[in-house]
This record gives sequence, C-alpha cells and structure tokens, in this order.
Amino acid sequence: MSYQPHTSEDIGRMLAALGLDDVDELFRPIPAELRAPAGLDLPRPHAEQEVAAELARLAGRNRHLDELTCFLGAGVYDHYVPAAVWYLAGRGEFATSYTPYQPEMSQGVLQALFEYQTLISELTGLEVSNASLYDGASAVAEAATMAVAASRRSEVLVSGAVAPRVRELLETYSRGLDIKLLEVGALDGHTDLDEVRGKAGDQTAAVLLAQPNFLGVVEDVGAAARAAHRVGARLLVSFDPLAAGLLEPPGRLGADVVVGEGQALGNHPNFGGPAFGFLACRLEDVRRLPGRLVGETVDMTGRRGFVLTLQAREQHIRREKATSNICTNQTLNAIAAAVYLGWLGPQGLEELGHRCLRLARYAAERLAAIPGVRLAFPEQPFVKEFVVRLPADPAEVCRRLVDHGLLAGLPLAGLAPGLADGLLVAVTERRSKADIDRLADAMTAVLADLGPGGGGREDQGVAR
Amino acid sequence: MTSTSFETVPWAAGGGAGEPERLIFERSSPGRRASTLADAGDLPEVDLGRALPAWARRTAPVRLPEVSERDLVRHYTRLAHRNYAVDLGFYPLGSCTMKYNPKVAEVAAALPGFARLHPAQPDEQVQGALEVLARLEHALCELTGLAAATFQPAAGAHGELTGLLIIRAYHEARNDPRRRVIIPDAAHGTNPASVRLAGFEVTTVASGPDGLVDLGSLEATLGDDVAALMITNPNTLGLFERNIARVAELVHGAGGQLYYDGANFNAILGKARPGDMGFDVVHLNLHKTFATPHGGGGPGAGPLVVASHLADFRPSPVVVRDGDHWRWDADRPRSIGRVHGWNGNFGILVRAFAYLLANGGDGLRDVAERAVLNANYLLERLEAVYQLGYPSRPVMHEFVLSARKQKAQGARALDVAKGLIDRGFHPPTVYFPLIVEEALMVEPTETESVETLDAFADAMLDIAAQAATDASPLHQAPTSAPVGRLDEARAARSLVVRWHPPSEPGQAAAADPAS
Repeated sequence: MSYQPHTSEDIGRMLAALGLDDVDELFRPIPAELRAPAGLDLPRPHAEQEVAAELARLAGRNRHLDELTCFLGAGVYDHYVPAAVWYLAGRGEFATSYTPYQPEMSQGVLQALFEYQTLISELTGLEVSNASLYDGASAVAEAATMAVAASRRSEVLVSGAVAPRVRELLETYSRGLDIKLLEVGALDGHTDLDEVRGKAGDQTAAVLLAQPNFLGVVEDVGAAARAAHRVGARLLVSFDPLAAGLLEPPGRLGADVVVGEGQALGNHPNFGGPAFGFLACRLEDVRRLPGRLVGETVDMTGRRGFVLTLQAREQHIRREKATSNICTNQTLNAIAAAVYLGWLGPQGLEELGHRCLRLARYAAERLAAIPGVRLAFPEQPFVKEFVVRLPADPAEVCRRLVDHGLLAGLPLAGLAPGLADGLLVAVTERRSKADIDRLADAMTAVLADLGPGGGGREDQGVAR
Repeated sequence: MTSTSFETVPWAAGGGAGEPERLIFERSSPGRRASTLADAGDLPEVDLGRALPAWARRTAPVRLPEVSERDLVRHYTRLAHRNYAVDLGFYPLGSCTMKYNPKVAEVAAALPGFARLHPAQPDEQVQGALEVLARLEHALCELTGLAAATFQPAAGAHGELTGLLIIRAYHEARNDPRRRVIIPDAAHGTNPASVRLAGFEVTTVASGPDGLVDLGSLEATLGDDVAALMITNPNTLGLFERNIARVAELVHGAGGQLYYDGANFNAILGKARPGDMGFDVVHLNLHKTFATPHGGGGPGAGPLVVASHLADFRPSPVVVRDGDHWRWDADRPRSIGRVHGWNGNFGILVRAFAYLLANGGDGLRDVAERAVLNANYLLERLEAVYQLGYPSRPVMHEFVLSARKQKAQGARALDVAKGLIDRGFHPPTVYFPLIVEEALMVEPTETESVETLDAFADAMLDIAAQAATDASPLHQAPTSAPVGRLDEARAARSLVVRWHPPSEPGQAAAADPAS
C-alpha cells in the first residue's frame, strides 16, 4: 500500500508545471552509474491487513509478560502502566509533532516537558532536569562527560555494583573522550567506600554509583557524597525514580548529578526501548547540561509560555563546542512519564514503593527458606530487587521454571564477580503473594528434581 | 488574512487560543488522587523502620501533583490542543522529513508480543522480535548497498557517534590512528558535535558556488591524518553531490573512510545507494525515512549500516542466524562495545518494519520519486518570489530559500515563519543551513497532496505580498496561535526551568552570557 495521495492527474499537472514528461527526469543530478541496480531483494508491497497479520504472527512468536509471570528486572521492570498514560501520550498532537522549534505552535509539548522537568527535579532532589536522554545507560555517560568537562579532571571512579551494561557503555563512550575509568569493588553487595576514599584524588572528576545498585542493594549515598566531595569530585548517582517513594532523593544526600532509566515511569518494557533516560543537576552546572531544556517566559502580551532555552549549549548552535551531540531524544516517553507521575501522585508513589518492598521481602523470605537457597546479602537493605544463591545452575533453574510459566530472574554468571550461583529477582506491584508462592513452590520442585548440586556450577569468581 | 482552505488548521478548534492551560501542579488539590493499587491479600506487613536504615529513608514528601484521572485527562488533552502536528496539517520542517505516520505501525508496536517483551529474556522466547530485526537489517543493507547493521543507536546523532567510534576502532586496529574528520560547512550541527565526542578534530570544507563540496578545497585538506569525511547526500541544500564518486576516490586514496549522514535518505530511497557511491558507513533516521512518529522530539531510531570491513566493530551484541533460529551474538572481540543499555528503540524498529512491508521495494522507490516531485513543484511555485539560496535545479527532496529580498523590505525569515503560523501551517526550518542568508529550508515530503502544496504556496506568496506593502503586521505574528511571539531572551536571562510552590518562590539563575 502507498501513503502518497497523488492521482495520475495530479502527477500530470505537476509535471506540466515543471515542463517535464517523467518524474525520473528530476533524478538527473544522480549520475547513471550511481543509480540503484534493479532487482533489490526487498519485500513486495502489502495491503494493510497483510501487514497487520504478519506483525501479529511475529509478535505471536514471542513469549511476553502477559504470558509469563515476570520476576526479571535488572533495569527494566514490569510495573503497571495505567490506561490513561498512552491514551494521552499517544495522541497524534504529541506523537506526530517534532522538537518544538516553533514554540507558539508547540505549547503542548513544551508545557508537558516543563512539568516533566519539575517532576524529575522533585524525584531526584536537584534543581534542574533536562527534557530527556536516550536511556539510563547513555545518561550515565552524559553525566560523566559533564563532570569531566566541568572539573577539567579526567578520572571517574565507577562502582563495580553499577550494572555491567552501563559500565560497558561508559567504556565505549570514554574511548573518544579520554575519560579514565577506575573500578571500585563491591563489598557484601555495596560499593566499597573505603576503596573510593583510597582511589579518589585530585584527578578524580566524579564517583559513580547506582541507587539501588545492580544487585538491588541500597547504597549509602550520603557517605559516598562525602567521600567524593572530600577531593572536590562530583557524585553521580544512577537512580531508580520509583524508589523515591521510600528512599531519600540522592540530590538531598549530596549527589551532584542524578541520572537514571525512566522505563519504570509509565513506559512498557518494549524489549529495551523506547523508554528514556533522565538527567538532573545543580543550578551551577546548568550550562554544562546536555540536550533540550525548557524554560518559562512570556509572550508579547505578557501571557505565560514555554520555550527551549539555553540553546547555546546545543549542537545546532554551538556545533563542535556543544555539551553533547544529542538532538532527537525521547520526548514522548518523557511525556508519558509526566502523565504517569500525575496519575500516581505523592500517596501513590509512597504506596507503590511500600508495596514493592513488602512483596520483595516476602519473596526473599520464601525463596531463602528453600533448602540450599540463601540470600546473597542478608544484612543489606533492598527495596524491590535482591540476589539469591542457588544450589544449582541458575540458568538451568530459570529454563525449567519457564515450563511453570515463570520468568524467575536474571542469572548472574558472568555479570557479577563471585555470584556465578546468583539469581537477581525483581518484584513489582504487578506480582501478588500468590505469584510469589507459585515461584517458591516451583523452584522448590525444580531444585529437588535437579538434586544436590544438579546442573550446578562452582562458585568461582567470574573474572571480568 | 487567515486562509480558509480546508488544508489549514484553525487553532480555535482546540477550544481557545489565548486561554492558557494551568500547570498540572496548579490543578492539584491535597488528598485527590487517580492511582489505585491491587488488593494485597494476606501479604505480610513490613516495618519500614526495620527494613530500611534511617540514612536511606525519605525525609520529606515528593511533591507530585494530586489530581483525579479526569483532571489528568483534561489537562493533557488541553495541552494536546495547544500543539501542532503532522496529524493536524502540513509540517514542511526541512531536514526533518515530517511525513505522514501510518497507524497500522502503531497497532503493531503496541502488540503485547512486542511491547511487553523484556530485553533480558532468553533468545528462545523472543524469536519473533529477533526475526523483525534480522529482516529489517537485510532490507536496510539492500537499500544502502552495505553489509551489516546495528540497531542500538536511538537517533541520528547517536548513530553518528557510533559510526565515528567504529571508524576510530578500524584505524586503530590497522595501527594507523588518525585525528581529523572533514565536514562540509553546510552539515547538520550534530556532525561536528559527534566528531568531538568520538575524540576527533573537525576540519570544515567550504561549499563551492554551486552548493556542492568544492573538490579543490577537499583535496587541499586531505592527508594521512584524516580519519573520515562525513557528508549528507543530497546535502542540506537539497542538492545531490554529483561528484560523490570522485570525492570517495579522494578520501579513500588518503586512507580515510566515508560517512553518510542519512538525514536526507528519503530523496534517494530505492533510486541510488550510498554503498554504490563509495560510502563505508551510513546511519539512517528511521523516524524520518521510515515514517515513524517524531514524538515531539523522539523517540527515533538511528541504525547504522556498515561495509563488510567494518562489520566486526559494530556494537555488541548483534543478531545472527543459527540453523533455523535467531540468537544474540555477544562474542564480538573487535566490537566497540555498547552504545545503548539494551537493543535500541525496538518499538520504533517494529514500526519501521511495518512501513517497509506496506510499501515494499517498489513503493519505497515511489516514495523518493513523489518526495522529489513535491519539492520541485513547490519550488516552482515559490521561486519567483523567494530566492533560491543556491540557484541550482532540479532539487531533490527539499530546497533552501532565502528571505533576503523580504528582509530588505523589513520581514526576516523569522517573520515569514511566524506569518505562516497565522496562516495555519508549520513553518520550514529557519536559519539553517548557515551558509544561506535568512534561510527557509522547505521539505514537503511525499505524503502531501498538490492541494496542500498549493495552499502553502499561496500562504507564502501572501506573506511576501504583505512584506512588500507593509511588513509591520508580520512582526506581530502569530496572533492566532495559543500564545504570541515568545521572549526567548528573557527565558535564558532569568532561568525558570521548573515550577515552584507559591510558598517557595523559584530561584532564577544569573544572566546567561552565552545566549
């Protein structure tokens, strides 16, 4: 099918206006030897119903989260997405517009982003939020870039308890920027702050950790901030925004830049994207901020309005001197987050955090009561995600649990040192006590079936 | 003065231009709420004081708005009414390819089998998703004439950075590190910014009087420290770089790689292929060329397609075929690593794949032909009144006019743009590319009808006539939009970037010397 409205009469009339016989004549600037060869291996045109059927067939080959009960998290969480979120964010006026270069006809997107910035500012405890980045991982790299540029120092201390995917991305980005990354180990599931104090010095631009961290453990952000500030470094925290229902926003504990993955705020898992990354900082760093920023102003008659502001930071004005190269970001996902947070409200945020905590603690207790299973960090606080050690290969256990309709979590072999027998389990408000009982019962059966050490592997520290 | 054509959009339809919508925080009322939580059953209670140490616990409430679901729906619906979009009317924003976004793609991407898929699920559970990626990769390779793709980049600029890091890794693997990347002066701003982020220096090469890369200047700046030339073709003036084969020969001769900025790929879809022109790396903006909605500024998708000698350097993992099924291959020792936390903007890739299937190969060629026809027809209607920045025709999918003549009469490009808003149209891109004075960059796209193009041309001519008689009303434009012309200098000078409760007046930042 075609989305072009031209009738053959239209084409005739347009060609006549141009004094041409054939549309192909307009392509004469392309030398003949550079014309595409005939017979490219591309699909034939399809009717809409055929497109819909083929996509439904392909979607049907995936086992999605309505089909499997999900205890898998590791950065993307199965939180409930209220009906109003995409009913509103999906409206054509938002979805089919673009970057608000013409503010007078883009007040809807601009005001929604101004509200989004306010919400992120509240959740992170910092004054300024930009209007979104690609995802939580690239937001970490943007934060590191900011800190290095602002401090004219080159080293970033990275907690080993930050998700491996995020650290991989940071390594990739750092290659071009001459940022030197130094890893700090995790001790009993949390960042070793003594090691931070030992490694931090006058070349340290920033210390990076995650709250809660990759292993689900709640970090002492205040102590980390003191360790960073002692040497004049910034503290960067990658924060789960829904944890703000229970945890003090990192900005109020001394974090200087707070970033994170926004998927949990009203965005579907989408196989990893689209969701969005957020970034918030102190007012004094606003001119180092990457990406779009919306500010309030007035029109010629004094009415309140919103515009993109401090654009002199950005690539379309400053070119190679810009704070970042980002242009198209994840605006619609940020708008969805604003709608979601409006739906949630302050009480909802608190109740949601509390519910996840109750469920996660119940799950931890039930799983740890299975013979041979134990909590990896029984002394450490957590809010919705935790690690259990299994007496059998976690990947094999997970495979078998799929037959029970369960996605049990993320096997940690190769992802965290010393945790080859670890399973990272996430529990959101979409899970019920009955779901947890089902997981515990099925895991008990699977482990009994595998026998002591069955399919298991040695708990050898996995080298990175 | 407002056009009465059915092609234009009366703002009043939205229920009141000039009637401001309060902030969601200003609709808030203590105790009101929309959210609900499922019954907890006999789930054990938790004592917060025991579960979390005092140093971790929140000490003050997070000030989210307190509204009902009805409040929420009215608020965002009213905001939607204050926003222009492709679904409302013509949006000829140059270089952005604001074409119509097919709705079947939205339905497909929302299927639970795609939307409710966790990125860490094992391969055997996501075979349909991996097949979408593999088939889309094959089609993009066919269309670009290149060998392999990565889908991690979330947008065009993200693709640029990825491509440049790949080029860097390629030169380093050959023990031939290089430090400069050449960019034409007409390039998108993302190009130089990406070059810097990838650790290279920018060398700018001037355009010749014909608006094309000047071969002499290019040759003069080439050397064995040049890592790559980064170029858009057709370029940002809408002109095809007809010497591109010679350009490729020169760059490759100096040991550099050729990077294709795919922002303007819509013009040559199925008609010519970057790989055949000698390009080694291409990023495609699927939100442009493959008609996925731009989302008010994203999400997009900026997959990168590379020649075979660069395939090993792609971000990891990549989708590979293993017998009769697909899997993620993360065993990529030469990979640059990772540029996205997961698999890029997969939901956008599903939409692009739906668009590919709908159009098919023949349909995509038709897309390019109609895009170029529309641009040339519209230019024909406007050229007598607005000057073409670089007088070369035919143009490809877009063209750059200059409002020089109108400026002399007192109406700058900005005034022309604001005048268009009052006539029901989104303005073109203004003041870009930088090499055209008072630039108006117009990209009509293929999905617009001749009636729409005529209505837009009439509005542009009406504005020119206004400028010729008395430009002053244009300085007041827009008057029919939800707000009048906004004071951007004030926004930067006294920075207000969040709402504060009335009890806690916001702190405005100091004056911004850079703006």
